[in-house]
Amino acid sequence: MTTTAPIAGATPAPSPLAAPPAAPRPAGRERRSSARVAGTSVLYAVLIVIAAIYILPFLINVATSFKTDPEAAADPLSLIPATATTAAYRQLFLNSDFPTWFANSSIVTVVVTLGRVFFNSLAGYALARLQFRGRNVIFVLLVGVMAVPTVVLLIPKFLVINQLGMYDSYSGMIVPLLTDAAGVFIMKNFFESIPRSVEEQARIDGAGTFRVFWSIVLPMARPALVTIIILSFQGSWNELSHFIVSTQSPELTTLTKGVASLASGQLSQGSQYPIKLAAAAIMTVPVAIVFFVFQRRIMNASDGAVKE
Amino acid sequence: MSAVVTRAPRRRSASTRGEGLSGWLFVSPILVILGLFLAVPVLMALWVSVSDWTGRGSPFAAGVGFVGADNYRELLTGGGLAEKDFGLSLRNNAWYVLLVVPIQTAVSLLLAVLVNRQVLRGRGFFRTAFYFPSVTSSVAITVLWLFLFSQSGAVNKLLSFVGITGPAWFNDASGVLHNLLGLVGVDRAPAFLADHTVLGITLWDWLAGPSVAMSAFILMAVFTTSGTFMLLFLAALQNLGGDVQEAAMMDGASGWQRFWRITLPQLRPTLFTVLTLGLIGTWQVFDQIYTGTQGGPQKTTLTPAYLSYTSAFGDQEWGRGAAIAFVLFVIIVVLTILQRIVLRERAVSKRRIALYTSGARR
Repeated sequence: MTTTAPIAGATPAPSPLAAPPAAPRPAGRERRSSARVAGTSVLYAVLIVIAAIYILPFLINVATSFKTDPEAAADPLSLIPATATTAAYRQLFLNSDFPTWFANSSIVTVVVTLGRVFFNSLAGYALARLQFRGRNVIFVLLVGVMAVPTVVLLIPKFLVINQLGMYDSYSGMIVPLLTDAAGVFIMKNFFESIPRSVEEQARIDGAGTFRVFWSIVLPMARPALVTIIILSFQGSWNELSHFIVSTQSPELTTLTKGVASLASGQLSQGSQYPIKLAAAAIMTVPVAIVFFVFQRRIMNASDGAVKE
Repeated sequence: MSAVVTRAPRRRSASTRGEGLSGWLFVSPILVILGLFLAVPVLMALWVSVSDWTGRGSPFAAGVGFVGADNYRELLTGGGLAEKDFGLSLRNNAWYVLLVVPIQTAVSLLLAVLVNRQVLRGRGFFRTAFYFPSVTSSVAITVLWLFLFSQSGAVNKLLSFVGITGPAWFNDASGVLHNLLGLVGVDRAPAFLADHTVLGITLWDWLAGPSVAMSAFILMAVFTTSGTFMLLFLAALQNLGGDVQEAAMMDGASGWQRFWRITLPQLRPTLFTVLTLGLIGTWQVFDQIYTGTQGGPQKTTLTPAYLSYTSAFGDQEWGRGAAIAFVLFVIIVVLTILQRIVLRERAVSKRRIALYTSGARR
């Protein structure tokens, strides 16, 4: 599956920082260097064991999804099914609501991600650059909003969505997710790091505020926008609680909600682990793809970009 | 660089005229959305928590009555099932927090230190392996966990190789601490622990530790969050200057000493962030319980968040559900402040935390 191949592919990628040789070592003594070799071997051994613990569950997940029910129960550890079958996947796609769930998750994720990219960057730009009365108040409010734990909002959100007549509709699923305070901060921070001179030139040339934002500043903000895309894609694809309180009809069920109901046995008899694990594997694929496409940015975000 | 910065404000003042309007226009979408779905809901829920609304019609309808602090009283001193369930959920979640937060912090710090070496082959591979569980959905991971930790699952199979008969994990309601005490012969509560109750639960039961089922969730939390926090530590480690380290090395400090005396103190701000985020996150266990155990076995994986949900949506006790949510909110706020006082952190800007909360950047 996608989980394994790209990881293997990522192995030889050296970090740009690793390229220059390490600081000159003090004139080495034999004893010292052999101790170092031993230390390094232990380090690798530890790392490999931990990595195995982190990866093995996913391999088991994929392997089991291709097993038969009895084999999954009898041999939960083997990574190669004795009799490989795609029955679980066929069942999911041909004989269940799974395709509907997938479609709903996709719709919500795409709209939410586009919305956040636009609204977060608009607000981030205003907070970073535009002078207006109340700016500081808004900033403080945003910080306050971020401090409210999401779980506390479960019932409250239902109340408002219901009151507004948005319950059990796409708008109720999507609109409340269209922006997030953390994303606004990310954009604001980024815009603050861009030199003002670029915009000023355009201003002098007579461009309006939105024009400057849209065609000059926003294209420069690609790294931050990618961050927003990654975060909101993951966030909305993996979101569960909001959809629990905003919908009830089967046609609006998302992957998370659907698979959760599958797991708690509301739709099936017996354990049926292959089907559940096939569903879990499929719902992991899109975030895995996004992760591996952008993994350089996610993982190396910490590497470079040291601003003095 | 500095030249630009100093010149900028003076020049900008010429073109501030239209900025007020566009400023408000630019922030209005987020203000409307956050206001409508964050601020207003909280106020509405506050009202519901002091009302007897049953979920029918609008909570502002004429028939809905004000009941004062009744819902809260029922939870905290009611003496009935509501109090007992709430007490149980707090106990379960407290043990979860108590174990997950230190373990995930230690594990993520360890991982970060391990993969921070500049000369490490396969650095990218290891980082990816450790971080990947963090991007997957809690639902998918819970499904996987239910399988791995089933009676005949992979974990018990592995344990059987070393001669251990694994427990029935998600069906085992016994408390881990009670089990350990049982091993040394203490299987009955001493009188003073059995006779006193807090929130309807005897002190003996408060000290049960997490149930075996909850322990599986604890392992899962460490598995899924350590990668994210590893990235935070990694970022901090890479921003540390090497000169102090070198000086210490010259002075003959061992690697271990250097870690405890030099690296760790310098990581203090990040440590604080990780602990705070961990504390806030672990008090909100919901997805796993909803997907996996629905609070069972014997309510030992019931959490306040899940109880709040079932009280409202299941039992139609909306006032009680909202009250639970607010009590939980207060618990989180108080603990965060306490932690802040204990760790006495100086000036980590909120913006910085925002950046860290939401992911990997920088």
